[in-house]
Amino acid sequence: MPADAGSNRRPETGAFFQRDRNWHPPALTPDYKTSVLRSPQKALLAFDNTASEITGPVFGHAILGELDADLIHNFAKPGESAIGERIIVYGRVLDERGVGVSGALLEFWQANAGGRYRHKKDGYLAPLDPNFGGCGRTITDDEGGYAFRTVKPGPYPWPNGPNDWRPSHIHFSVFGHGFAQRLITQMYFEGDPLIWRCPIVRGIRDRAAVETLIAALDMQATIPFDARAYKFDIVLRGRRASMFENRPEGN
Amino acid sequence: MAQSLSRLKESPSQTAGPYVHIGLTPNFGGIGGVYASDLGATMLNDKTKGERIGLRIRVLDGTGTPLRDSLIEIWQADAKGFYNSPAELRGDADPDFQGWGRQPTDMETGLCSFETIKPGRVPFGDGRLMAPHISLWIVARGINIGLHTRLYFSDEQKANAADPILARIEHKVRVPTLIAERQGDIYIFDVHLQGEKETVFFDS
Repeated sequence: MPADAGSNRRPETGAFFQRDRNWHPPALTPDYKTSVLRSPQKALLAFDNTASEITGPVFGHAILGELDADLIHNFAKPGESAIGERIIVYGRVLDERGVGVSGALLEFWQANAGGRYRHKKDGYLAPLDPNFGGCGRTITDDEGGYAFRTVKPGPYPWPNGPNDWRPSHIHFSVFGHGFAQRLITQMYFEGDPLIWRCPIVRGIRDRAAVETLIAALDMQATIPFDARAYKFDIVLRGRRASMFENRPEGN
Repeated sequence: MAQSLSRLKESPSQTAGPYVHIGLTPNFGGIGGVYASDLGATMLNDKTKGERIGLRIRVLDGTGTPLRDSLIEIWQADAKGFYNSPAELRGDADPDFQGWGRQPTDMETGLCSFETIKPGRVPFGDGRLMAPHISLWIVARGINIGLHTRLYFSDEQKANAADPILARIEHKVRVPTLIAERQGDIYIFDVHLQGEKETVFFDS
């Protein structure tokens, strides 16, 4: 497959930095009850990346539709739009070295402005918005930048404790350049008091780690009389330089 | 104080949650008209080279109940052992095979089906060949960070016996947790999240 068409950068083939599993939530977080029976209990098998983890799929712009990055309109009837606070979410996908990750497929999904998902398993009494589906996607540019338009999702109650509420959040699925960089996470909103009460968020033990998932209100990036903006950067695993590695390239 | 390494920390993972279909398989989840088709739903076309096989995968929780709300992604080499990726420098992969697939588990049965080809062998870092395998990544409600493992093939006994990753598993009794059972053109693979038969998951 042609490497980075339009770029003269050599594709990188180094192994990825080891994952800091104390920074991520552990598999078992009993206050998030579903994790109790779904968390592996035995030690993980650790090994340095092989070609199977260093390589990864590439997604071209051909898969994208015109409205994929516009959740206000991509499910709406012609001439109509989703109800809610209009926002732009933008940022960069970087790796742990601070290098922008280009060509990264980002997929996002969320509840509507009332906190209701368009899903047959969601029975929350807040109504569906006939003009809101809740999914979108984009591919990062040469510097790792991305942006999309949506409405701010509402918080909602969920069956965990007797009265647990999820803070407003947007789910993000991210592909980097290698299978081992694959990541799913959630973006929260600056100033939301529900963040620090949420059992899913609190599975992350380090407060500084949680703060990296909170998007900042950026009034400079707003569109006056249209939408406010939130900045959300995502960091994927960095990778080693392969030039000093005592083994064949690409392995 | 020494100089700062100026490294960033990886964004912490959060669960994909119960509504993962909205984002990753919206057509399956009942949201039509936004994307023409669900990404990764079809891995083959008429020109794809290699032996056609089916995978039938289930993910079972600590009580042995199949998860009916999980999602599995697979990544594999083509029939000759090349990955369709810019980081593949050993040769050109089959242009008719991306090597990546994504399927939700059935909301009633918990069964997850892939139609793909049997992958060729890929070299380990020291040049030895690994046994044919497919990498799996599993997410669901209640899974805080995506689970990484591999599916090996029951009809590759000799290659499996020499595989450098399988060889690293200290308790040999756990090796079979990574080996799918061949039944005709179908491979059956149960992933156990917990218990005596807990699948070997990776940190790589």
